[in-house]
Amino acid sequence: MALDSVERGIGDRVVTGGAPGAWRGALRAIWGRPTSALGATIVLLFVALALFGPLIAPYRATDQLPGARWLPPSREHFFGTDRLGRDVFSRVVLGTRDIFALAGAGTLVAVTLGTGVGLVTAYRGGWVEELTFRSFDGLLAIPALLLALMLLGTVGPSRQSVLLVIVLVYTPIVARVVRSVVLAVKPRGFIEAARMRGETLGYILGREILPSVLPALTVEAALRFSYAIFLVASLGFLGVGVQPPAPDWGLMVLEARNDVALAPWSLYFPAGAIALLVVGINLLADGLRRALQQ
Amino acid sequence: MRGVSILEIDNLTVGYRGADGWRDAVRDVTLRVAPGERLGVVGESGSGKSTLALATLRFLGAGGAIRAGAVRLRGVDLATLSPGALRAVWARDVRLVPQNPLAALNPSLRVGDQVAEAILQGAEGLLTPAEARRQALDLLRLVRLADPERVARGYPHELSGGMQQRALIAMALHGDPALLILDEPTTSLDVTTEAAILALLAEVTNRSGERATLFISHNLGIVARMCDRAAVLYAGELVETGPTAALFATPLHPYTAGLIDSLPRPGMRHTLRPLRPIPGAIPRLDSLPRGCVFHPRCPLALDRCRAERPPLEAPAPDRQVRCFRWREVERGALAGAGEDGAVPPSEPSSSAAEPVLSLSGVEKVFPLRRSLAERLARRPPRAVRAVDGVDLRLGRGRTLGVVGESGSGKTTLARCVVGLEERTGGAISLVDVPLAPGLEQRAPAVLRRIQMVFQNPQEALNPYLTVGEALRRPLMRLGRLTRAEADRRVARLLDAVKLDPGYAARYPGQLSGGERQRVAIARAFAAEPDLVLLDEAVSALDVSVQAAVLNLLSELRRRHGTTYLFITHDLGVVSYLADDVAVVYLGQVLEEGPVEAVLRPPLHPYTEALLSALPTLPPDPPRAPIALEGEIPAPSAMPSGCRFHTRCPRALGPICAQEEPPWRDAGNGHRIKCHIPLEDLSTMQGSG
Repeated sequence: MALDSVERGIGDRVVTGGAPGAWRGALRAIWGRPTSALGATIVLLFVALALFGPLIAPYRATDQLPGARWLPPSREHFFGTDRLGRDVFSRVVLGTRDIFALAGAGTLVAVTLGTGVGLVTAYRGGWVEELTFRSFDGLLAIPALLLALMLLGTVGPSRQSVLLVIVLVYTPIVARVVRSVVLAVKPRGFIEAARMRGETLGYILGREILPSVLPALTVEAALRFSYAIFLVASLGFLGVGVQPPAPDWGLMVLEARNDVALAPWSLYFPAGAIALLVVGINLLADGLRRALQQ
Repeated sequence: MRGVSILEIDNLTVGYRGADGWRDAVRDVTLRVAPGERLGVVGESGSGKSTLALATLRFLGAGGAIRAGAVRLRGVDLATLSPGALRAVWARDVRLVPQNPLAALNPSLRVGDQVAEAILQGAEGLLTPAEARRQALDLLRLVRLADPERVARGYPHELSGGMQQRALIAMALHGDPALLILDEPTTSLDVTTEAAILALLAEVTNRSGERATLFISHNLGIVARMCDRAAVLYAGELVETGPTAALFATPLHPYTAGLIDSLPRPGMRHTLRPLRPIPGAIPRLDSLPRGCVFHPRCPLALDRCRAERPPLEAPAPDRQVRCFRWREVERGALAGAGEDGAVPPSEPSSSAAEPVLSLSGVEKVFPLRRSLAERLARRPPRAVRAVDGVDLRLGRGRTLGVVGESGSGKTTLARCVVGLEERTGGAISLVDVPLAPGLEQRAPAVLRRIQMVFQNPQEALNPYLTVGEALRRPLMRLGRLTRAEADRRVARLLDAVKLDPGYAARYPGQLSGGERQRVAIARAFAAEPDLVLLDEAVSALDVSVQAAVLNLLSELRRRHGTTYLFITHDLGVVSYLADDVAVVYLGQVLEEGPVEAVLRPPLHPYTEALLSALPTLPPDPPRAPIALEGEIPAPSAMPSGCRFHTRCPRALGPICAQEEPPWRDAGNGHRIKCHIPLEDLSTMQGSG
């Protein structure tokens, strides 16, 4: 029931163009600002790579070309080859989908969970809210990477564990952002009017409060996504994330780090991809924030 | 005009830089203020009056600039001054008393030091800090702060709003400035505090007979009381000036006349004649009308007014008006205009009617959190008794006005009735159904019967939902209509609050304040409730818009027989709309009864003070406002005996501080809670 009204809330706003055209205006504002437009372009480029990677990549990620170790970039191999004779360009391109899927799924779950927890506890208030957010504060006091390492040490490295780490680390942050908006909206007349009509919790949260949360939540989700990419890559680099021979960017940096004198390209291109994507998402998030908070 | 003017504003145009060019908030304004003169600048929000005040200081902020014309202070054009010279003028010649005193004081400096700092700046090195501090104390005494030494040592947040404003006035008075600019100096204060501050301002603005004062206000009554002359601004233009007495007695501009007619005044009743509001709303700066700026709202507008901007004419030596048809306005051409044939509603049933709402002994106690030290010392928990034993009865179809200042508990009382706040004692029943304390425990059928309109129209509507969605929901939820039926009813609801059906597709951000409040009223009426609570429902609105909303409320009541509980600080609105009044102070009712009895002697001394603070306009005789001592005590430090004794100008003596006063029955349901016998009250108030 609650979810139903939430979905309807989002559906309606797309049809009607949201609060006085805010979302359409935001898109215009993003393309109007050079830095946000650059960010959006970079992100779109990677989205295209993630979607059409197998069509673009000339080789498979695990293809080891005989006698082709440490080849420098050429027309044959745009980004050169690595120590096992694998095409770096293909691995970077094919790794995009992996990292998008992992970081994206993690972010999606964290945002959904964080929004739900933030909405319900902040609106209800009382000791449940107190307990929830005090434990979140405790969780946030531990550096994300340390928490991730501790967790992966217990459950063992795998995709599922990485996903779990992202969710665990980012849910509290999203919940806090949602909570701050809920606390600002809760005492307003329209919420009290809804209570005076005897509206259900689901309606009040989904239809009356959620639209006010969405602008901040959109920006937060974009930022979380970029941090999640960074986290996945970091864990890969530390060898506790995605396991070989998957074309994970962090893992590729890890594998290439001893060959940096011989074949710097095998390190620079995956590292550059991480940096470019994270910067791109951040520029886009910044543009979103400016556009939606006008 | 007397002698040389201190302030000369000539053809002043002030603009703010927008995304697509300049927006001129003040256009072509010419004004003079002579020594010893108090000029009132009157206008609604959006009239440009604050911009005018800031431009007079040349203190416009980054986006604003004087685009044309001149502001001359003692002959010096401020626009030509260097920043250094301008600062010297600010320090020496001109002072501003702003609207929000807390925002104007530095929260981290002691009040005395802030006043001394201003004195040092103005003295240009001729004073030592110690002398400046001494003078600061003198100034704090001059503004009649009760304990100047203590105030000087305190921080701004330790002072009440009235005391903060006094400190700011003290700061403005040092070094005998030539020009005082008062920008809505009492708007953020309570009525009784306002009366005291106005008395002080009347005294200090004219102490030397040389000082010029620019008094910016939206309140016609205050300008009429405080100023010699007044200038009326509308949408950035000067529409009329003149001596206050003549201006308010015989306005020549339709806008001035409209403002005066919009104001509910003593003796006016909604049952006798509806108010005459000004239709429409003030135009936005980016879509100013051609010709006369007022023509879209003017009942006398001609084709000429739509095409041509009228010149500023001088009907008398000391008067100016910008209207083609001022001669007709003078002869009373507006008298019949704008009545729109509204039938005066009949008087509602008598107070003996079947009660819709009855409250008995209603209490709301907020427990205060104890500090650790208090817990360790085993002090009993303290509490704020926001509502303390209130009994009220409200007959069907009648309107009860609950009047009180901030901190009186009137809003908490209303919230207990609707269930947004859970009462901690007493009983409330609707007709004969007892109401549970909390909303969640009330049945949907009960919820339908009580609705509320909130004070702040900005926050009453969800910015992300269209008007149509906001109105459809109560119809479906409480009125048990299907979605299609509800959609059809939305148009009728909008029509009932005099909005076009097209508004259903709009978002609140696209509506003016008055329009939003109409939608909020429509939402409250959607499910045809028996009882509607109006919590300061018109106080955030401009006078002309307020009048239209009051008329609307009166008409809705007549049509639906709805009962109103009207929470307000404004006795003028109460005397216009309410049938019964309850005056509350610190959570208790001090006086109650039918409105015509309550607002006439014998009066409770508190009601008397509230009533005396009510502004009057010429030709009504001005009242002598009763300035109450101090401020409303904090409800956590409740006075003993009679709650009002600490501020009562008629207190008898120790008995008032020791014993709770008895209810004295003045007949006809009129009761007063006071130790003074009714005959004595009548005698005192009849002669005073």
